[in-house]
Amino acid sequence: MNFNIYDFTSFNQWIDNYLYTSLSPFWALIVEMTIIGLVFLTGYALVGLFLVYLERKVCALMQNRIGPNRVGPFGLFQTIADLIKLLLKELISIKQADKLLFNLAPFIVIIASFLCIAAIPFAKGLHAMDFNIGVFYVMAVSSMGVVGILIAGWSSNNKYSLIGAMRSGAQIVSYELSVGLSLITMVVLAGSMQFSTIVEAQSDGWFIFKGHISSVIAFIIFMIASTAETNRGPFDLAEAESELTAGFHTEYSGIKFAFFFLAEYMNMFIVAAIAATVFWGGWMPLHIGGLDGFNHVMDFIPPFVWFFGKTFVIIFLMMWFKWTFPRLRIDQLLTLEWKYLLPINLLNVLLMALMVLMGWHF
Amino acid sequence: MVEEVQNKIDTEEEYTINMGPQHPSTHGVLRFVVSLKGEIVKNVQPHCGYIHRGIERMCEKLTYQQIIHLTDRMDYLSAHINNAAVCLTVESALDIEVPERVKYIRTIIEELNRIASHQLWWCAFGMDLGGLTCFFYGLRDREKILDIFEESTGGRLIQSYNCPGGLMNDIHPNFQQKVKDFIKYFRKVLPEYDQLLTGNVIFQERTKKVGYISKEEAINYGLTGPSGRGSGFACDVRKRAPYHMYDKVNFKEILYTEGDTLARYKVRIDEMWESMNIIEQLIDNIPEGDFAVKMKPIIKLPEGEFFQRVESARGELDVFIVSDGNKNPYRVKFRSPNLVNLSAINIMSKDQKIADLVAISGSLDLVIPCMDR
Amino acid sequence: MNVIGYISSIFKGVISLLKGMKVTGSYFFRPWTVVTQKYPENRKTLVMYERMKGEIVMPHNANNEHKCTGCGICEINCPNGTIEVISKQIQTEEGKKKRIIDKHIYRIGMCTFCGLCVKTCPSNALAFAPNFEHAVFNRAKLTKVLNQEGSVLEKGVE
Repeated sequence: MNFNIYDFTSFNQWIDNYLYTSLSPFWALIVEMTIIGLVFLTGYALVGLFLVYLERKVCALMQNRIGPNRVGPFGLFQTIADLIKLLLKELISIKQADKLLFNLAPFIVIIASFLCIAAIPFAKGLHAMDFNIGVFYVMAVSSMGVVGILIAGWSSNNKYSLIGAMRSGAQIVSYELSVGLSLITMVVLAGSMQFSTIVEAQSDGWFIFKGHISSVIAFIIFMIASTAETNRGPFDLAEAESELTAGFHTEYSGIKFAFFFLAEYMNMFIVAAIAATVFWGGWMPLHIGGLDGFNHVMDFIPPFVWFFGKTFVIIFLMMWFKWTFPRLRIDQLLTLEWKYLLPINLLNVLLMALMVLMGWHF
Repeated sequence: MVEEVQNKIDTEEEYTINMGPQHPSTHGVLRFVVSLKGEIVKNVQPHCGYIHRGIERMCEKLTYQQIIHLTDRMDYLSAHINNAAVCLTVESALDIEVPERVKYIRTIIEELNRIASHQLWWCAFGMDLGGLTCFFYGLRDREKILDIFEESTGGRLIQSYNCPGGLMNDIHPNFQQKVKDFIKYFRKVLPEYDQLLTGNVIFQERTKKVGYISKEEAINYGLTGPSGRGSGFACDVRKRAPYHMYDKVNFKEILYTEGDTLARYKVRIDEMWESMNIIEQLIDNIPEGDFAVKMKPIIKLPEGEFFQRVESARGELDVFIVSDGNKNPYRVKFRSPNLVNLSAINIMSKDQKIADLVAISGSLDLVIPCMDR
Repeated sequence: MNVIGYISSIFKGVISLLKGMKVTGSYFFRPWTVVTQKYPENRKTLVMYERMKGEIVMPHNANNEHKCTGCGICEINCPNGTIEVISKQIQTEEGKKKRIIDKHIYRIGMCTFCGLCVKTCPSNALAFAPNFEHAVFNRAKLTKVLNQEGSVLEKGVE
C-alpha cells in the first residue's frame, strides 16, 4: 500500500483489492458500501456542524458582534451543544397532520442532499462514484429535495407552512433551469459530464479563466441560482422568517427540525462544491501555463486542501450575500429568473458554443 | 370573532391567516387577520388591545407628577417626547414659563430621542424585509444615544426626565461633548445605512409603489408623522404649532409626495439628518440657568380643559386633560399616532402580496403599547 | 423594454448590491470594530454611570446613621405603592415622644424608577445606586428593608 495525500487512487485500489481477495464479491461490495456510507455520514455531520458554526461567526463579524463564544474555545463546541439540545427536545406531534408524510419529509430532504455528495470528487481518486453523467446526476438528485419541502408544507396542516412550501416549489422549478443551463455552459467547454474529466481538463487553467467572459457570466448565474435553490437568503422565501414565521418547517421541532437545518447547510456545501469543481477546478491546484516553478509550488499543497479551500471561499460568498441583502418578493424572484437569468443564460450557452467552435477560449 | 372575519371572505378561493399576536413582524402583540387569495392580500383586519393597560384610567388616580412615569411606557421608543407632552400641557394650564435652559435641553433630548427611535425603526424595517444585518447596525448606533441618556437622566429606554416645571436634574457635565461626538460619529455612519439598504436594488423593488396612499386619503385617515409626510401631507407639529425651541431653529419639514413605502422610509432617514442639524444649532448655546421652576409639592390644575400637540417620532401625539380642580386629572386622553396610522393599513395593503403587508406595517413604524395604552 | 435600458438596469442593480456588500465586507475584515462587551468577564472593570437608576438605597454613614425622618413623603409620592414606611414612637432622653422609622420597606419588583421619591425627599435620605444585578430566585427577596439593622437618625436632620 502506498498512501499518498496527493493521489488517493492507489489507496482506494488497495482497499478494494484487499476486500475482494479476502471476501466473496457480494460481501465485499456490502462492506465497501457500508464503509463509504459511514465515512460520508460522519463527514456530513461534521461539515454540517462546522458550517453552522462558520455561518454564525461570519455573520457575527459582519454585524459587529463576536458570535458564539461561550462553549469551548471561541465557541467551537456551540453547535455540538445545539445539536444535543435539538436531540433532547420534544417532538411535538400535530393534530390533524398527515403523520406519515409529516415524518417522511425531513428524510426526503436529507436523503436528497446526501445522495448528491456521492458524485463530488474531493481529491484525486477520492469520490464515491465517478459517473460519465455526474453533472446530470447531481442536478437530478438535488432537485429531489423540493419534494420533501412540499410534503413538509402540505402535511403540517398549517397555512404558513403551505405558503412556504408552494413558494419553494415555484422557486426551485424555475431556478433549476438556470442552474442546469449554467452547468451546461461549462459542460460545453469541458466536453464531458464526468466530474473527474471536468477536473482533469482544468489542469492547465481553471474554467473560469479558460472560458473568460462566458464562464464568468455562467459562474455568476450559477451562484445566484444555486443560492436560490438552496433556499438561502436573499432567496429564503420558503422560510421567510418575518413573513411566514418559519415557512415550511414551522411545525417541526427537535431532531426533525435539525434534519431540515442540516440539509440546508449541506445543500449549501454541495452547491459550493459543485461550483468549485466546475468553475474553479475542484481539487486541481492553481496552474498557470508556462510557469513551471509556480505550478510546482502549487502542486505541493494537497488537493483536498485546494478543494475545501475553494469550497469555503464560495460558501463565504454565499454567506456574504445572505447577511447583506434583504429578501426578494415572490414575483420579483420569478421576474429575476424568467426575465433576466434565463435569457442571459441561453445567450451565454450560444456564446460558449461559439467560443468552443472557434477556439476563442484559452 | 371568527364568524365576523369569515364574512369578510368574498369568494371561495380566499382564506384567512392569522398574523400575530405572536408573529416576528408585528413588533409586539398586534394581530392581523388577513384574507388571502393565494399570496395576495384581500383584506386586513387589525385587532389591538393585547397590551391594553388602562393608562388613561390609571392617570385619573395619580397626581400630575406621577403621570409622567406612565406616559414613558406608552410609546417607549420616544418616551421623552411623551413626557414633554404632558409637562407642556400642565405648564400651559398653570401659565408657567420654563427657563430657556430647560427648553434647550428638552429640544436636544427630544431630537436625540427621535434619532434613536428612527434608528430602531430602521433596523426593524430592515429585518422585516429580511436584511438581518441592518438590525445590528441600527442597535449599535442607538446604543450611543442611550449612553448619553443614561449619563444624564439615569434611564436608557425610559428616562422619566421631564417633570412639570422643568427637568428632574441638570444635564451631566459631559453631555454636550458626548452629543457632539455622537453627531460626528453618526454623520459618518448614516451614509452606510444608505449604501446597505436605501440604494439596494432589492430594497428599492420591495418598497417602490408598495403600500401607496394618496394625500387625500392620508388626510382622511389622519396619518401623521413620517407616514403622513411620505404622502405629501405637511403635518409636522414642530412647524405648524411650535413648542420648545422649534420656532427658533432652522429646519426643513421633510416632505415626499410618492406616498409609498419608500417615501415613508426616506422621510425618516432625512429626519435623522434634520434632527442632527437641530441639535447642532442648539448644543453649543445652552444658556445657564435653573433646570426647573420651583413648583408646589401638589400641583392643582384650574378647572377646565387643556390640550397640547407634540410631534412624537411617529406622528402627532395629543394630550387632552380635563381637570376639575383637584390634584388628580378628571380625565386624560392621549391621541396615539400609532392607532390612527394603523387604521390605514387595510387600504394600503389591498391587492398587495403578503410580503408587502409586512413591509407596509414596518413602514408605519407601529409601537403597540402606544396603540393600546 | 429597450435593450439599453435592460442592460443598464442590470448593471445599476449589480453596483447597488456591491455597495451593500462593501459595507458588510468592510466590517468583516475589521474585527476590531466589534462592539460586543463580554459581560460576566468584564464585571470587574465595568463602570456604570453614577446617575443610573439601578435601585433605591438609603445611604448610611460610617456611624450607621441615615437621614430618614420617617415623614412618609416618599410613600405618598410613589405612584405604585413601592415604598412603605413603618414608623414607631420612642421616648427621647428629654422625655419627649418622637416618631422614628422602624422599617423603610422598598419593593423593587414594583418600582418603575420614576425618581419621585428621591426627588421629593425633604432630607435627601434616598438615592439611586447603579446596581443592576437584581435577579433572585425568590420573589420575597425583592422586598428590601432600606434602613440597616440598628441604624439611627443622623444628628442635625429633622
